[in-house]
Amino acid sequence: MSEALLEIRGLEVVFDGFRALGGVDLTVGAGELRFLIGPNGAGKTTLIDVITGLTRPASGTVRFAGTELSGQKEHKIVRLGIGRTFQTSVVFEELTVVENLDLAAGFRRPLPTLLRQRRGVSDTVATALDTIGLGHLADRPAGVLSHGQRQWLEIGMLIAQQPRLLLLDEPVAGMSRDERDRTGELLTSIAKDHTVIVVEHDMEFLRRYASQVTVLHEGKVLVEGDVAAVQADPRVQEVYLGRTREEAA
Amino acid sequence: MSDRLRGYTLFASISLLILVVAPLALPAFRLDELAKYLCFAIAALGIGLAWGQGGMLTLGQGVFFGLGGYAMGMYLKLHDAGGDLPDFMVWSGVEKLPALWGPFGNPVVAIGAVIVVPVAIATLLGVLVFRQRVRGAYFAILTQALAAAFVILLVGQQGLTGGTNGLTNFYDVFGRDPEAESTQRGLYFVTAIVLGVLYLGARQLVKSRFGRLLVAVRDGEDRVRFLGYNPATVKTITFAVSAGMAGIAGALFVPVVGIISPSLLGVVPSLELVVAVAVGGRYALAGAILGAVAMNYAKTAFSEEWAGGWLYLQGALFILVMTLAPRGAVGVYQQARDALARRRGDRPPPEPEPAPAVKTPKEVPA
Amino acid sequence: MESLLNQVPIGLSIGAVLLLIALGLTFTFGQMGVINMAHGEFIMAGAYTAYMLQGWAGGQAVLVALPVAFLIAGALGWILERTAIRHFYGRPLDTLLLTWGVSLVLQQAARDLFGAPNVQVDAPSWLTGRIEVAGANLPYSRLFILGLAIACVVGISVYMNRSRQGRRMRAVMQNRELAAVSGVATGRVDQFTFFLGSGLAGVAGVALTLIGPVGPSLGTYYIVDAFLVVVAGGLGQLKGAVIAALALGMLNSFTEFWTDASLAKVIVFAAIIAFLQFRPQGMFVLRSRALT
Repeated sequence: MSEALLEIRGLEVVFDGFRALGGVDLTVGAGELRFLIGPNGAGKTTLIDVITGLTRPASGTVRFAGTELSGQKEHKIVRLGIGRTFQTSVVFEELTVVENLDLAAGFRRPLPTLLRQRRGVSDTVATALDTIGLGHLADRPAGVLSHGQRQWLEIGMLIAQQPRLLLLDEPVAGMSRDERDRTGELLTSIAKDHTVIVVEHDMEFLRRYASQVTVLHEGKVLVEGDVAAVQADPRVQEVYLGRTREEAA
Repeated sequence: MSDRLRGYTLFASISLLILVVAPLALPAFRLDELAKYLCFAIAALGIGLAWGQGGMLTLGQGVFFGLGGYAMGMYLKLHDAGGDLPDFMVWSGVEKLPALWGPFGNPVVAIGAVIVVPVAIATLLGVLVFRQRVRGAYFAILTQALAAAFVILLVGQQGLTGGTNGLTNFYDVFGRDPEAESTQRGLYFVTAIVLGVLYLGARQLVKSRFGRLLVAVRDGEDRVRFLGYNPATVKTITFAVSAGMAGIAGALFVPVVGIISPSLLGVVPSLELVVAVAVGGRYALAGAILGAVAMNYAKTAFSEEWAGGWLYLQGALFILVMTLAPRGAVGVYQQARDALARRRGDRPPPEPEPAPAVKTPKEVPA
Repeated sequence: MESLLNQVPIGLSIGAVLLLIALGLTFTFGQMGVINMAHGEFIMAGAYTAYMLQGWAGGQAVLVALPVAFLIAGALGWILERTAIRHFYGRPLDTLLLTWGVSLVLQQAARDLFGAPNVQVDAPSWLTGRIEVAGANLPYSRLFILGLAIACVVGISVYMNRSRQGRRMRAVMQNRELAAVSGVATGRVDQFTFFLGSGLAGVAGVALTLIGPVGPSLGTYYIVDAFLVVVAGGLGQLKGAVIAALALGMLNSFTEFWTDASLAKVIVFAAIIAFLQFRPQGMFVLRSRALT
């Protein structure tokens, strides 16, 4: 296995006395495609929120390529090379598709150069546009995009950011079957040369595209392994199927 | 590119109207009034930038307008006094020139302060407030409180600021008689050209990458963080620019109108500027200018006829604009133009009409 | 030292008035995302109610006016909510500007109805005295205002925590959609909240007649400070509003005492900005997971 890009140790998050995460350890190697699953309330999104600086941990460490992340501001973490999408996609409706991508690609530019107008399309933006296949809508405002197209634009913005680690929060939620397939292909191609963590609910999607899976349950890592092993694990089956005992989970 | 061409034509014809037609057609005192409206338009332009583009509803632009105005007024007073104490200080029993006034005897310092002081105060406030993610309505309320506090301070410090009367009675404006027709015309041209230059600068800013970033901050500040930018920086810069514009507007206002006083700067005048921008059209810089000139013209015209009526009219107009045309006059014009174009069918309507012009951006709840 | 102590009842009573005003603002802001600038004119309406009742009720006008002003100001608020504001929920900045238009019209209407000069409401004779406690002057009128505010806060607190309608109000404040699908008629709750908040502003207006004269722009003097109470106290927070209002009232009266009145407002403003460095969302916060 290659060296660890992300190392999480003993991570705890408490919301008003409620322990959302109770001591999570997680290691993701460079170049890996990792799926993060678990029932509602397992702490998947909270984990991503902590990595990206949206939520402060009560204790524990999050190290990314040797740098401690907890306590850093969101935009600083992005500048270290971590990008994320959100469950409900947020694209800038008033800006065109290209402008959205250009914005995502531009955060490394020094501030004074931002005062210049954009001329043409940079290579980074062109590549991202090509990858997500929205070239024909390049100069349309993002407000006209469909739900699926918005999700892709978000992924495209993520690519344009050129991060070392991508965090996708339920990228296929609410998508049609076709859109799921396209997203899956997109994901596979991105994973070739990026480190990616995907939070996903959809078991079918998982079976088709996942290799390594981490199962979270009630704020703790339950099982870790490849898809087949995780699916066969009785504890996972109990969490997902035998819900009668733990309805609240 | 026809849009671009139309923009240039419009700018050229309006420049022609302001710089050639108006000076030829209007008597000097009307031209002086127009110069006053153009001063307000400069301040409104700053509000258009901060509020329309950046989503920061600033209800305290009067403060920055006032800082610019007082800096200019202080210089003019000292110049008139010619080494003695300014007249109002003598009347309120001040015996020695306050230390604060000292540097303003130098015209370069005073004119520098016109921009530097408002920008510095706006930057300080912006850093303290935006970094803590205080925004939306909270920011609006704070700026309003600042305006209220500023006016009370000015009124209370009679010996330092001239109190309620403010600074007035200027006899010499940069070597000219402020009452003379030639001076009034000259000041009019200066104001018009400053407005034009600032408009072009603001327009460039809006079209730049920074401008796109600003719109993104307006529509989704939290999302912008995850694109690697610090929204607080973007907002602070924009707020400071708009404060600088208000400062310049105030500085020009003093020689044009001949007075700067607290009643021009408080909560109500600050709100009136915002109202003018809303009526003209907050999402277009030209709308801000149009609104400021039109509303102030209407105010003058109405107040001459029926003073109380203006308040009813302004209130009613504002309620109507907010409910029926939140994008202001420019929005109505754009809608009409698009509808007309569609009817004529000369431009095939692109399938699900995107029309960024009619889409109201979501307001970010505080 | 004695005169310093005298500042305490002044600060407390100003705080009490600010509290009565801010309660309505914080609830409408917290529940509906509405910033109502015309709230100041409901204060004025309350004060003029006391003035109008003077001819009929004479010295007891203030007492009679309390319930009447509550109803009149509440009704004004209800009308405003029904006709205009309800189209603007969740758009605080737009409501701020819209209601400012309303505020202009109401102020001018008052000027045309009652004249521009200030008028005076005579306090009832039993409120004109004062008692001395530990060398400090405690005017009855100030104590009355304080008692009035306490009564209102206790009433509101019981209402919010004990009554069905109050629980509905809290539910809508915390999660409008969830409350709506749980069968709460959110529209009706909103109307009542608006009525209640505006009514309290009317009560505050009556209380203000005990402190000073009444004029068409009475509301504008207090509305800015009342908004600061909302900012410092936290949205829709009863406890936060109480603490912030009293703190602001005291801060105002003491800085006025130590420095001069013109510096006091600037110092208060700086204090609020400093406070926001530690508590950017005010003293108490409703938590939510949503990304705006």
